[in-house]
Amino acid sequence: METDPVVQLVDVVAVLDRFPALAGATLTVHRGEIVLLTGPNGAGKTTLLRLCAGLLPPARGTAMVLGLDLVEQREAVRSRVGLLGHSNGLYTDLTITENVAFWGATVGASAEEVSAAVERMGLAGRLSDVPVRKLSAGQRRRTALACLIARRAELWLLDEPHAGLDAAGRDELDTVLRAATAAGATMIVASHEMERAGALATRMVEVAGGQIRGQIRGQESGTP
Amino acid sequence: MTSFAVTKLVAAKDLRIELRSRVLINQVLPFAAITMVLFAFALDQDDLLVRVAPGLVWLATLFSMLVVVQRSFAVEAGDGALDALRVAGVPAQGIYFGKAAALAVQLLVLETLLFAAAFVLYSSRFDGAGVFLLITSALAASCGLGLVGTLYGGLTTGTKGRESLLPLLLLPVVAPVLIGATRATEAALGVGRISMQEGWAWVALLVTYALLFGIGGSIGFGPLVDDTA
Repeated sequence: METDPVVQLVDVVAVLDRFPALAGATLTVHRGEIVLLTGPNGAGKTTLLRLCAGLLPPARGTAMVLGLDLVEQREAVRSRVGLLGHSNGLYTDLTITENVAFWGATVGASAEEVSAAVERMGLAGRLSDVPVRKLSAGQRRRTALACLIARRAELWLLDEPHAGLDAAGRDELDTVLRAATAAGATMIVASHEMERAGALATRMVEVAGGQIRGQIRGQESGTP
Repeated sequence: MTSFAVTKLVAAKDLRIELRSRVLINQVLPFAAITMVLFAFALDQDDLLVRVAPGLVWLATLFSMLVVVQRSFAVEAGDGALDALRVAGVPAQGIYFGKAAALAVQLLVLETLLFAAAFVLYSSRFDGAGVFLLITSALAASCGLGLVGTLYGGLTTGTKGRESLLPLLLLPVVAPVLIGATRATEAALGVGRISMQEGWAWVALLVTYALLFGIGGSIGFGPLVDDTA
């Protein structure tokens, strides 16, 4: 069954410091997909995520995210997309609940939504009142993901989500990402870890030279 | 979410972080107190100290403010929270006014304690006639300092050598606040040759300064932090 595309990029060019970081990228992502972007350093994976997050305007081409134009409606795109890069965007002096409540409040989330987000990431109970600075790297990652849920992010853009986590932390992360997808989130994941992230993804796409070179595995949902 | 709602949210968050981390109490206040004591040692003349006390209080406030501003943005930059706020499409004006409000509240607490220290250390006297002028000038100066501190804190966040860059950029810009707040305080305390009427004129300058930076910051803060994101 074909669904409306969450991301639709057609021949997109994006320039970073006068350098064409994306040179005619074309990609379509449908609701519920987990698309893994692979490729060498400097291929354009992070730039693609930043473009989809509304942080970088396309210099040429058509770029639509959640049905919104990335040139005309960047601010609206930003409020509905969650980007998790190398940092978690957390306040380390605040507790897990306080962080999730803060991020949830930016979209008017209720206390129930905040509690549900904390619980979905397995952070409920006494742990929820622990300051973030006392948490492990894996717990911090889960807290950041709980913030994305509380923010009602419809598209999750994850840049090297497994970086800095030990084996147990990676397993934990995979579990919560699968659960989030089952609950309806759409994800684009940039990672070098093809084996681990590939097991998570519904589709793998190779990025090289600022372009989408091809599908390594899977096919676009709705494609015959 | 409206900018006003974001302002309240960000200010409450910053003040909660301060209450939790106690940087103002454990680091800034001792620093300010030591500065006041050193001024007393350096001048070592009771009459002179009484006369220059307003200026010394505001100088100590400005130096201490640098630590508070740096802390305010270290909290945001530490785990990429400021970037995340902008990525999330949270209105920059709300972030700007929220951080400025939290900064102004912290500065007001600091100023209250510094004035108390001035009365103890410098034997400053206060007959109560200028209390309204003193409170108004402290409020206006704190708002101005909060707004300009937030703007320059945002400007230097993410830059190399921001610890030394912030004072270099900020201190010259806050000179009007130092002058205006000192003159208004002199009038309120009845030291120097400033009348109460002149004191209110200096308060008008402080209010104008705060308004200008409020308008300028609300326009410039978003592009500034976007560029560093």
